[in-house]
Amino acid sequence: MHFDLTEDQKEIRRVARELLAARSGWEQVRAAAEGRAYDDALWRELCSLGWPGIAVAEQHGGQGLGAVELAVLLEQLGYACAATPFLSSAVAAAAIQAAGSDDQRARWLPGLASGETTAGIGTKANWGPASAGHMAGSGTPWLAADAVGAAVLVLLDGDAAQLAVGAEVETLEAIDPTRRYATVSGGDAEPLGPGAADLIRTAIAAEVVGVCQRALDMTLAYVKERKQFGVPVGSFQAVSHRCAQMLLETESARSTALYAAWAAGAEPARLPEAAALAAAAAADAGRTVTASAIQAHGGIGFTWEADVHWLYKRAQLDAALLGGARRHRARLAALAAHRAATPA
Amino acid sequence: MDLTFNEQELAFRDELRAWLAANQPGTEPAGDEDAAYGWRRDWQRRLAEGGWAAVHWPPEHGGRGASLTQSAIFYEELASANAPLPANVLGLLLAGPTIMTWGSQEQQERHLVPILTAEEIWCQGFSEPDAGSDLAALKTHAVKDGDEWVVTGQKVWTSGAQYAKWCMLVARTDAQAPKKHQGLTYFLMDMEQPGVQVLPLRQITGESEFNELFIDGARVPDSNVLGGVGNGWKVALTTLMNERAGLAFFLQVRLRQLLDALIREASGRGLLEDPVVADRLGELHLKAEVLRLTAYRGLTAIEQYGQPGPEGSLTKWMWSETNQQLTQLAADLLGPSALRSGDRWAYELLRARGNSIEGGTTEILKNIVAERVLGLPRAR
Repeated sequence: MHFDLTEDQKEIRRVARELLAARSGWEQVRAAAEGRAYDDALWRELCSLGWPGIAVAEQHGGQGLGAVELAVLLEQLGYACAATPFLSSAVAAAAIQAAGSDDQRARWLPGLASGETTAGIGTKANWGPASAGHMAGSGTPWLAADAVGAAVLVLLDGDAAQLAVGAEVETLEAIDPTRRYATVSGGDAEPLGPGAADLIRTAIAAEVVGVCQRALDMTLAYVKERKQFGVPVGSFQAVSHRCAQMLLETESARSTALYAAWAAGAEPARLPEAAALAAAAAADAGRTVTASAIQAHGGIGFTWEADVHWLYKRAQLDAALLGGARRHRARLAALAAHRAATPA
Repeated sequence: MDLTFNEQELAFRDELRAWLAANQPGTEPAGDEDAAYGWRRDWQRRLAEGGWAAVHWPPEHGGRGASLTQSAIFYEELASANAPLPANVLGLLLAGPTIMTWGSQEQQERHLVPILTAEEIWCQGFSEPDAGSDLAALKTHAVKDGDEWVVTGQKVWTSGAQYAKWCMLVARTDAQAPKKHQGLTYFLMDMEQPGVQVLPLRQITGESEFNELFIDGARVPDSNVLGGVGNGWKVALTTLMNERAGLAFFLQVRLRQLLDALIREASGRGLLEDPVVADRLGELHLKAEVLRLTAYRGLTAIEQYGQPGPEGSLTKWMWSETNQQLTQLAADLLGPSALRSGDRWAYELLRARGNSIEGGTTEILKNIVAERVLGLPRAR
């Protein structure tokens, strides 16, 4: 039992954190977001470091590492709220590596691992009841991140994932301008093997943990500095207890995201439940923690200048890509009912 | 990252499982607190005979030198086997380790074995009517008289005092000390003397787990000072540091069992078809798993760095909130039948209200998180 990153994984985390702190501060993120463009120089740098292929086998040009290392990078990219297509490309590549056929791997992985091509990931754009197996009817369009210009798309519908090419892609201005979104319909689709959807949600959940951690860190810095009634506002329990709650939700999301990333590589049989735990925890934590950050910043938190809103917006879109918390709780209830009916 | 048990851990678990299977504690005597306590005392004697009473103690004191993970496994398995906590849990978890850290050779030889075998029960005399969350404000005082100390004061929320032979007592020995946490001394006080009176407190459940302790001229020999005169705050911290470690795993499994029971009841009534019910049960399943995972993360942090990480201060708060949510949902789903006195769910509903108060109120835990983990200025 060792529920923590290995020394190598911590080293990856340190390198990523330092690189992104230097290369993707709020100034860069803001410039990209306001220009509705990606930070191309940053993306080229990440590609030259081999990041998009972190979870792709060496034979396909990747680094041959796993879901935990991918999660480590994604947490840091979420923390920076970096404006790159990393999430979609790296996660699609990891899913194809883990659940694709040999043909699919040979066709897509070398390009995705090198960054020569990119991929998009998407989910049904309009959702039906949470208890249904599919999220919406077959004619429903998809909401996808990074679909414009993507060579291939990985689309999630409930437990299933499919690879799509040649789809009709139309740019969509979503509330999160730090990432490019599109509406997707039509195209040729082929299924990905089991576990792809769970792996993708696990990775998105890891990004949300980083988003939460940044929101908490910014809030702590602010409430220690900002004074009212002659004292830092962080000395008021109404504020400090809110911060404690933010920590609780961030750490809950972190525990489940780490568990799911570990299960993806080491115990695939546990992945469906672990991914549902991670998705449910992250979808809610992302939304509430970043909302709390805006509240704790007071009036300034509601302004365009304050930068916390980028995190709130990213968290909302990540929650949407995760499929929301409700349908994962429905899945968890079914799993718990099964467990309760069959005593160990 | 490795969330599986290693060979030693699995061997430990299998040996324990086999022992528990061969040594069932039986059913708790219903409706008689003294009989129930006697049952738990017998249970501890059997655990001690099997070498399982204090797995985390070093072998020279009758333990197994268990690692933190093995200790966690012990409490998880105990709960899974529907076995109760040993009667002298405060002695095993608090008094024993504190005496091992601070006690003289004589004190260790005198006290550790009777703690292990439940021959002598221990209680914890820390909280007072005006010193709960603010422990250092305690007023009970001890005055030197020859080679003895004369103790006067009042303690409250003293679990198991009606069965205790010994009390871990913190009292003020220097009223002139410049700061209130200075001038305190930690005593091992014999409960069986005329100056000590125990009055049970009736809880909202109707039971009496806790007591008031009235101390009027009780005498404690010098040889029963633990860790030196004036050093009581430091010694007390050792006791408090030990408080939350192993129990978290026992409580976490109990919560899971309660959730399973609720799901079975809800399923039997066809309630799982209701999406709102499923949503709330799914949320509780998530919280129960978060609790388990976070507790294990905390263990790894302690094993690696010698102290809990930020997640360590969250588990008790999360557990109490989740247990309250679970028992309230049970009352809501099961309706009037769950509100009859004596019904399991009615009991759990009432007992859960104490969870966010006992062992540190949630408000104080949030203050601790804010100040010590997040580095926020002192709360006001």
